[in-house]
Amino acid sequence: MIDDLYQEIILDHSKKPRNFGHLDASSAHAEGFNPLCGDRLTLEILLEGDVVKDARFVGAGCAISVASASLMTETLKGKTRAEAEKLFERFHQLLTNDAANADDLGKLAVFSGVREYPARVKCATLAWHTLKAALENSDEEVSTE
Amino acid sequence: MTTATKVFDVAAIRQDFPILHQEIHGHPLVYLDNAASAQKPRQVIDAISRFYQTDYSNIHRGVHALSERSTKRYEEARIKVQKFINAPSAREIIFVRGTTEAINMVAQTYGRKNIGRGDEILITALEHHSNIVPWQMLCEETGAKLRVIPVDDRGDVSNFDVHANTKLIAVAHISNVLGTVLPIREIVRRANGVPVLVDGAQAVPHMKVDVEALGCDFYCFSSHKLFGPTGLGVLYGKTALLEKMPPYQGGGDMIASVTFEKTTYNTLPFKFEAGTPDIAGVVGLGAAIDYVEQIGIENIEVYEAELLEYATRELSQVKGLRIVGTANHKAGVISFVLEGIHPHDVGTILDRQGIAVRTGHHCAQPLMDRFGVPATTRASLAFYNTKEEIDALVRGLAKVKEIFD
Ligand SMILES: Cc1ncc(COP(=O)(O)O)c(C=O)c1O
Repeated sequence: MIDDLYQEIILDHSKKPRNFGHLDASSAHAEGFNPLCGDRLTLEILLEGDVVKDARFVGAGCAISVASASLMTETLKGKTRAEAEKLFERFHQLLTNDAANADDLGKLAVFSGVREYPARVKCATLAWHTLKAALENSDEEVSTE
Repeated sequence: MTTATKVFDVAAIRQDFPILHQEIHGHPLVYLDNAASAQKPRQVIDAISRFYQTDYSNIHRGVHALSERSTKRYEEARIKVQKFINAPSAREIIFVRGTTEAINMVAQTYGRKNIGRGDEILITALEHHSNIVPWQMLCEETGAKLRVIPVDDRGDVSNFDVHANTKLIAVAHISNVLGTVLPIREIVRRANGVPVLVDGAQAVPHMKVDVEALGCDFYCFSSHKLFGPTGLGVLYGKTALLEKMPPYQGGGDMIASVTFEKTTYNTLPFKFEAGTPDIAGVVGLGAAIDYVEQIGIENIEVYEAELLEYATRELSQVKGLRIVGTANHKAGVISFVLEGIHPHDVGTILDRQGIAVRTGHHCAQPLMDRFGVPATTRASLAFYNTKEEIDALVRGLAKVKEIFD
């Protein structure tokens, strides 16, 4: 059913994205682009040592990609780099693997409905791919800030 | 009511298209993605399958009966294409893989030979990527420049002047995003002798195309949008230009004689058809043209214009919906945005109601930028669509709005 995709939480976060805007100071940023649909977002993260202290994003996209970015930024805070990367892996599993479970994915579990819509997996993972790029960038950024 | 609309029996026509009679996610299929590709009538599917069962062999080289029959069918189809677009000669009809290959072929042969540093290629702001990128590649190679004729807020192409260094003008006949029908005769007149290439991918299935009357130098289209098979298209070019163009690919069939010292090229059109072509595809395209002619392209134009008017009126009444592309002369393509709802979400929710539309940038990113939208939802019509299907689309959009309310 279509309602399994557009669950309340997803609609809520797409209409009122959390952590939308720029950070005053950031340690890394990256831009994500989905050439297929023109969705674009910029993610900024603030790292303290190995821990993501803050994350914000700007951009435009479909409900799935905006909600995903919004929920991702909420979930990220306080996670270490390794934890964030692991989370992406689990999240990706959730979207593509019928056998995957949503245990300890918290609110991110609402995206399990995307599984039934293969064309939309990219929308849900755009923010996460961008995060990955930002985390990789951050290595170089350390010297400049 | 004109006689044209009277003879048009859409229910009977729909019976010719087996694919239309199915359910998608529990709803009857409403296929409104015809600008991406059109569905195939039984007549085309059967012609291809019959050809493989009775006549098939390679062409132009065998002395045996099957090769002769295949060659005959292949060349008959070329004549059908010639007559369909009113080209002066069948030698001017070259079979290629599609519109994309036709444009690339002109860029790589005509373009490389005749366009150089400091020259200018003129295109419009509403072109499909396939009528942008091949020219950009040529510019990169040769040092020529691309100039873009702007599009106004309605989707009409502005007037333009040619300069002494303008070497080619490449324009769409119909925009695949806005539906604008470009005034090709007027463009050819303004070109003042500069060769004009027309990307007719969206025009040939929906309106009478007469390349002689248009006066253009090259005309390109794809079989798959004309209810024919995929992987096949046509390049029409004026004899005088084609003869002076170097071949595109080398190989069998495109040569007159080969020695290791020197190869002489075959005559038109074979010079541009290296290798074994899509023989059955060409036969299928011939069947598609027969089918369209049996309905009558003029009847199709009248029916689709009526459907477009209905769809435009009905969609305009959907609150928060804005149609992108409101040119005076339009074909059955309706791009729109719904306030606050991304086209991707619209497309997914419509799909769950059996309605196939296209969402995204439609291979025209510069045009999306021009209109300040990242993407649109596009409903594109064919003669087998009905008013009831437009109603289904409107109901579908109500459901979209309900979910996002
Ligand atoms: C206006 C226009 N030009 C060119 C093309 C490319 O056609 P093909 O992919 O068949 O080569 C399309 C197809 O979408 C089109 O709409």
